[in-house]
Order: sequence, then structure tokens, then C-alpha cells
Amino acid sequence: MAILEDIGTFLQEGDEDKVSGAVKEALAQGLGPKDVLDRGLIAGMNVIGARFREREIFLPDVLLAAKAMYAGLDRLKPLLAKEGVRTRGKVVLGTVQGDLHDIGKNLVGIMLKGAGFEVVDLGKDVGPEAFVDAAVKEGAGFIGMSALLTTTMPVMRDIVALLRRRGLAGKIKTMVGGAPVSEEYAREIGADLYAFDAASAVERVQALAGG
Amino acid sequence: MRPILERLKDGEVLVADGAMGTMLQERGLKPGECPEALNLSRPELLEEVARLYLEAGAEIVQTNTFGGSPLKLALYGLAERTEEVNRKAVEAARRAVGDRAYVSASCGPTGRILKAMGGDTEPGEVLEAYVRQVQALVEGGADLLCVETMTDLEEASLAVRAAKSVSPSTPVMATMTFDRTKRGFYTIMGVDVARAAEGLRKAGADIVGSNCGNGIDNMIEIARAFRKASSLPILVQSNAGMPEMKGGKAVYSETPELMASKVAELVAAGAGIIGGCCGTTPAHIAAIRDKIRQTTTAGRPRP
Repeated sequence: MAILEDIGTFLQEGDEDKVSGAVKEALAQGLGPKDVLDRGLIAGMNVIGARFREREIFLPDVLLAAKAMYAGLDRLKPLLAKEGVRTRGKVVLGTVQGDLHDIGKNLVGIMLKGAGFEVVDLGKDVGPEAFVDAAVKEGAGFIGMSALLTTTMPVMRDIVALLRRRGLAGKIKTMVGGAPVSEEYAREIGADLYAFDAASAVERVQALAGG
Repeated sequence: MRPILERLKDGEVLVADGAMGTMLQERGLKPGECPEALNLSRPELLEEVARLYLEAGAEIVQTNTFGGSPLKLALYGLAERTEEVNRKAVEAARRAVGDRAYVSASCGPTGRILKAMGGDTEPGEVLEAYVRQVQALVEGGADLLCVETMTDLEEASLAVRAAKSVSPSTPVMATMTFDRTKRGFYTIMGVDVARAAEGLRKAGADIVGSNCGNGIDNMIEIARAFRKASSLPILVQSNAGMPEMKGGKAVYSETPELMASKVAELVAAGAGIIGGCCGTTPAHIAAIRDKIRQTTTAGRPRP
């Protein structure tokens, strides 16, 4: 439907008001909130993610699109809740202890939300207990951790180890990412997933979540 | 010392220093600790690092003030000590090098994203923060200011303008960090080399260029693109490649020999100052210095 395409276009323009308006219009045309979410906002954010990955667009475009997406989501959330639509899964996200770099982590959060996941963002400088406690409390299926510094990467190993000690390994999946982090490092510390960038974070969580 | 801009104009190629962070980590900086806090607690470490780079041949040594903007220091509860943190770093570098090298005061990004870029920070707040940092750096006696590792041209321009408003006579170097994309080199915020060169010049930068990044081969192309877009002297400070974790330690793939082997190409591409960024050591700088001494500047494209 044309209105769903409009939502995608307005997302790319980063126009909050237009996205919010188009979501309202789509609902008025009789589309269900789940359709508007999947075929409007999520489809639109997919395009944003793909274009950012190819660097056809850049960080400011993604941040502005995200703001517009949130405006649309705010309108849909109460309706989705009323219809009992479940999210694709829940991810607890944070930058590890000692590390204050959060741009990459924020991008992962944006793209996960844009793919229909629920995201609990713990912020930066997050220790192992805080990650695991939050994941348990929230009933999250994933912990996503980010590090930009080679010196803070070892905290990732501590988080994976803590999950194992608490008997949660495998139940709560771990995903690691950040400039110095590699697939090899993820394997070495026993993390379930490695994400090279925000788009691959979404792909890999989706694959494991069965979504 | 002769003014640096005159030397560059004469076609001299100068050597800058290498990484600071990794040197401080080896000397006890803990993960998660504010690197600039050492300016207050262990200034002798800064002197030691500056001395090592001086001995390796660096003619420009950078201060440990990359995160010295009050917006960044606030993350560690040190914003109210901005003046002290910045001044002490310049003083430590000066004690180490005297007048045998230029003391270049580093100003890194604030870590904030400006409103126009999809963030939440007003440009005025960023400008004010840089003015405060630069005032302290200049009072401390910095010979040069180095706005570095920038990805947003607006933030970089605010920093350069802050520097020039505080001290119009202090030369300002400004570098941005580019990634290779299918359509050429761009910062993560979407700035290409030509726009960077033009924008930084307009803001008042005397020397432009690139730092950090993903290896020295890219830097040759980036320097070439700067030369095409600008007649200003070009500064290049490359990472020693991307770090890989081996046995719990960060290892950088580019050796001093490898980086030094690219010096002639960098100079031919237009670089007037060559130093290092993450992962480079005094050994890298010494190797680069030796190569610069051997490299004739003849045949080099002049602005």
C-alpha cells in the first residue's frame, strides 16, 4: 500500500511529524498495527540499515531516521499491546565496564528496535552483574555488549563466564561487538554471537531468535 | 625554534610522535581510568613518554589532553578541573622537550553529537567547552593546537574556531578520521576529504589532514585527496593497522619497518608532517624519522 511506502520514505527523510502522521493515516485506512509496524516502520528501517552498511548514508541519517521511527512506534505501542502482539524478542544492551563509548552500541539498539525487538539499554560502563541481573529481571533472550577499547574487552569474557556460573549459558545468548572485537575473539571467550556492525547484529540475533 | 609554518612552507617534512594511550597503559593506566587524570596524579609519566618520542626523533610531541574538553572530563567527574588537567599536560611535555620539539596540544572530540547530526547537543555548548580547554592549553604554553580524530566537520570547525578565537597566532592543525567506502573515503558522519579540507580551512586551520584510521596504505590515498583539495600543509598520523587481541593483549599488525616503507609515498602524496596514532611506538617514530631523512623532497607536488 502506498501509505506504507510513504512511511519508509519519511523515515529516510528523518521527518518525525510525517512518519507519525503517516502511521496515523495507515491505521485510519484500516491497516492493523502489526502490519504498519512490519511493512512500514520495520521495512523502512531495513532499508536505512542496508544503506548505512554500504555507506550510502551516514550516522546522522540513521540517528534522524531513528527519531522518526520512535515517533511512529509511540503511536503503535499502545495498539500493539492491546492486541497482544509480542515483540520478536528482548535484548539487554550495554557498553562494558570501564568503557564510555556508546555510539556503536546505540546504533545496534536503533537497528534492533527497527527490526521489531524490544531493547533494554543499560547505557555505558556496565559491569557483569548489572548485565546478567538485568537480563534475568527483564526475561531477555540476549545480552549484547559493546567495547571500543582493547583494555575493556576482557569484561566481555567476565560476563560470559558469569552467565555460565549462574547456569544461564545457552538460555541467555551473548553477542559481542565493537571496533577491536573480532569473530575470533568472540569464539575465544565463548560468546554466542559476534556482530561486525549494527546490521549484522540484527541479522544474527534474528537468526538465533528464529525470527 | 623557527615557526613551524615557515619550515613547512620551505618544504621540510617534519616528524610527529606516536600513540599516547598505549604508552600510558604500559605504565599503569587502568582500563576505565580517565587517561587525563594522570596529568594531575602522575605527570612524570607524561614527561617520560614525551622524552621517549623526542629521543626517537619526534619534532612535534602531543600532550595528553585528547579527552581534556570539560564535556568529556565530566564523565569522570573532572570537569571543574579542566584548567588544571590541560595546563599540567602542556607543562609536563614542555619539561621533557624544552625547545627541542614543538609541544602540540591535543583536542579530541567531545563525545557528544550535535543536534543537527541527530544528537542532543547545541553547538554553543561545544564551542564553549573547546574555548575553555584551549584557554588552559595556551596558558600552559602550547606551541600548536591539534584538533584530532574528528568525524563531524561541524564539531571540528567549532574546535578550530575556538582555538583561533582564544589565540589567533597559535597554529592549528586539524585532522579527521576516514573510513574507506565504495565511493571513496568518508568519516562515519559522512564527510569526504574535499569537504573536510575546505571546511577546516574556512574554520581557520593552518594544517589539515587525517589521523587514526585503518592502516597506512589508506593514508597515502587520503593525503593525495587532501593535496588535490587544499594548498595547506598536510599532517598524517596513522594507526599501526587495526588491533587484534592475541593472548589477552592488543597487537597491531603494522611494524615500524612496514610503516617507514610507506614514507616516501606519503611525502610524494603531499604529507608535510608524519607521525603515528594508536599502536605506534617510539620504534615506529624512529623508523619514520630515518626514512624522512633519506627521502628527498624533490619531485614532491608543491601547493
